[in-house]
Amino acid sequence: MYIQAAAGISPQRSFEAILMQPECYTGNRLTCCEPDYAQLIDPRMIRRMSRIIKMGVAAAKECLQKAGWEMPDAIITGTAYGCLADTELFLSKMVENKEELLTPTAFIQSTHNTVGAQIALLLKCHNYNNTFVHRGFSFESALLDAVTLIKEEEISTALVGGVDEITPVSHAILSRFGLYRKDDTGSAALLDVPGKGTMAGEGALFFALSDHPSGNDYAKLDNVYTFYKPADIAEVKDHIVSFLQRNELQAQDIDLVISGENGDVSNDAVYTALKIGVWNTVPAVSFKQLCGEYPTAAGFALWLAVHILHTGKVPGLTPATRPRRVLIYNHYQHIHHSIYLLTAC
Amino acid sequence: MNFPVFIAGTGVISAIGNNVQQHLHALENGTAGMDNMTYLDSVHKHRLPVAEVKMSNEELAGLAGLPAYISRTALLSSIAAKEALEQSGINDIRQWRTGFISANTVGGMDKTENFFIDFLKDSRKGRLRNVVHHECGAATEITADHLGIKHYVSTISTACSSSANAIFLGARLIKQDILDVVVAGGTDALTKFTLNGFNTLMILDQQYCQPFDENRRGLNLGEGAGYIVMVSEKIALSLKQGPVCTLSGYCNANDAYHQTASSPDGTGSFLAMKGALEKSGLQPGDIDYINLHGTGTQNNDIAEGTAIKLLFKDRYPKMSSTKSFTGHTLGASGGIEAVFSVLSIQHGLVYPNLRFETPMKELPFTPETVFSKGQPINHVLSNSFGFGGNCSSLLFSKT
Repeated sequence: MYIQAAAGISPQRSFEAILMQPECYTGNRLTCCEPDYAQLIDPRMIRRMSRIIKMGVAAAKECLQKAGWEMPDAIITGTAYGCLADTELFLSKMVENKEELLTPTAFIQSTHNTVGAQIALLLKCHNYNNTFVHRGFSFESALLDAVTLIKEEEISTALVGGVDEITPVSHAILSRFGLYRKDDTGSAALLDVPGKGTMAGEGALFFALSDHPSGNDYAKLDNVYTFYKPADIAEVKDHIVSFLQRNELQAQDIDLVISGENGDVSNDAVYTALKIGVWNTVPAVSFKQLCGEYPTAAGFALWLAVHILHTGKVPGLTPATRPRRVLIYNHYQHIHHSIYLLTAC
Repeated sequence: MNFPVFIAGTGVISAIGNNVQQHLHALENGTAGMDNMTYLDSVHKHRLPVAEVKMSNEELAGLAGLPAYISRTALLSSIAAKEALEQSGINDIRQWRTGFISANTVGGMDKTENFFIDFLKDSRKGRLRNVVHHECGAATEITADHLGIKHYVSTISTACSSSANAIFLGARLIKQDILDVVVAGGTDALTKFTLNGFNTLMILDQQYCQPFDENRRGLNLGEGAGYIVMVSEKIALSLKQGPVCTLSGYCNANDAYHQTASSPDGTGSFLAMKGALEKSGLQPGDIDYINLHGTGTQNNDIAEGTAIKLLFKDRYPKMSSTKSFTGHTLGASGGIEAVFSVLSIQHGLVYPNLRFETPMKELPFTPETVFSKGQPINHVLSNSFGFGGNCSSLLFSKT
């Protein structure tokens, strides 16, 4: 399985910009650097789109351009929260107006599959179209759907994306759950200064997946594996060790680990345990200081991984040799765990 | 890597019953589930009939064995999924690689919309337990945890075709030998959010809906959950009661015409039905019954009908929309109608399209109006079409 191209809108401007000087954020959220959408989407369509739809459609469009594809065989998206701004708008109006005098636009666009549908509409693409909405597994489910369709030879190409946004309302509610930092650590020091809570993040990352090499692929996706609610750190270790065994690998065969620390002490304990107990000899980098914590953040890690394998450059690290094999491990709130294995092309 | 997928069990809850037996009874007696709004508290209660599950959250919680404060979406899901699993005769799911793939459109919105009343006045107000299960995936996890399913858990949301896509994925994971047992389908509770949303689109019928009727006025919203248990051949052979049927075909296609409206010629519907037939290797003439998407809106029924006209030429199978019983249960509809399709094959049933009076002038066929049993039903096509042009068809075949 080849990742022919990757593109995204995230709190970072580009992979090159991360290498030079990553964007740093204060407070408790990282916000996407949004492009000039008029370069990517018909201005008449932009006017009706909410922010997440613009981010998703623009990232998808750029990914297709980079891959040189006009029409993928499948469009598959993952989003934990869906189109929050439209949902909140319709909900607020409904409460304020006591269910009277409402207009349909926000309701229509609140549907979770709006981003995937808008991409299909833009391309006039009648092919397979699916949307996964399973919290910290949303993006992995979308990727697994594409991988299995390709393995079944139902399709040979798939556009796969993970999309989630922060809105003022969602941020206010999630903050009340105690998810975010109350201090002024900021993103640059988030992972170095242990504390309670993390910083919120968001992003729209898309990938062009293909069953055949193009000659200029970003990376090869060897495997994706998820596991749900492991009982303890020992079970996490078991899953990872047997994942490596199934792939006929030992930890030292991995050139780089990209792991999902988010700065919250209780969240990060498992990463520390794995660093000591499984990949103690392997160079490791983190990614959530760049994109923040959100349910589909692993999409950003995958975007980072394929750029690392494509360019041989690792942000924040000068590797002795060009990394050929990368493993990503991430978990979301101890519930949703995922491992990705990639190799350079 | 292409193993057959057998269906070993079904579970359903909707406005016409709390389990499979009650549904069979209501379908045979022509008892529709629409009524005045009783459980949902909306200003539209005297104007818009809905098809509610006839139980309060407390009663549903009692039936499900779960706390009453969780979302109705999850309560409905747990009841139907549990019935499906029990009916399958699989004793211990933990010895198999078991997955739960569920679909819904608005997750815990039934609770969130009440949370929002307090939250909008003061962002520090509103009980957090009413918003903690807002995400679509939360309802799935409550049920998965309740059933003890851990190996694979996922949620799909593609509007009204959601649960057909969940079943589709489940079948593929069995075919690829990734899972042995999959409980798949969907759930949705009625909410003010969806009721008002569909109301702004002006596609809600103020009377009881009349799908595929020339004088149709729109749809009635419903609620419920429906799941089927799919198993690999190895498991199917180990079960005391043989499997009822197989999932022989499926297809997902996109209409790519408009965010909410179907194309006049039903391109997406046509491609989905045609793709499902191709997948199964069957011809249009092999289909004995179509469980229509048949919402009762002007737009859906003409698009779906036109696609059927094009695909089946002049040899039309029996067909009906069981939404004339259950209302449109959105994210649950594909699951509930998959259960009806399996029961159709199992018992040789064809369901009536209630309240049908006048044939649509554009179509050369009409839906069934009477219940019949003991029919030779070998192949059933089930259609689910949703917002975003998302069109999916499933094909069930007798073993």
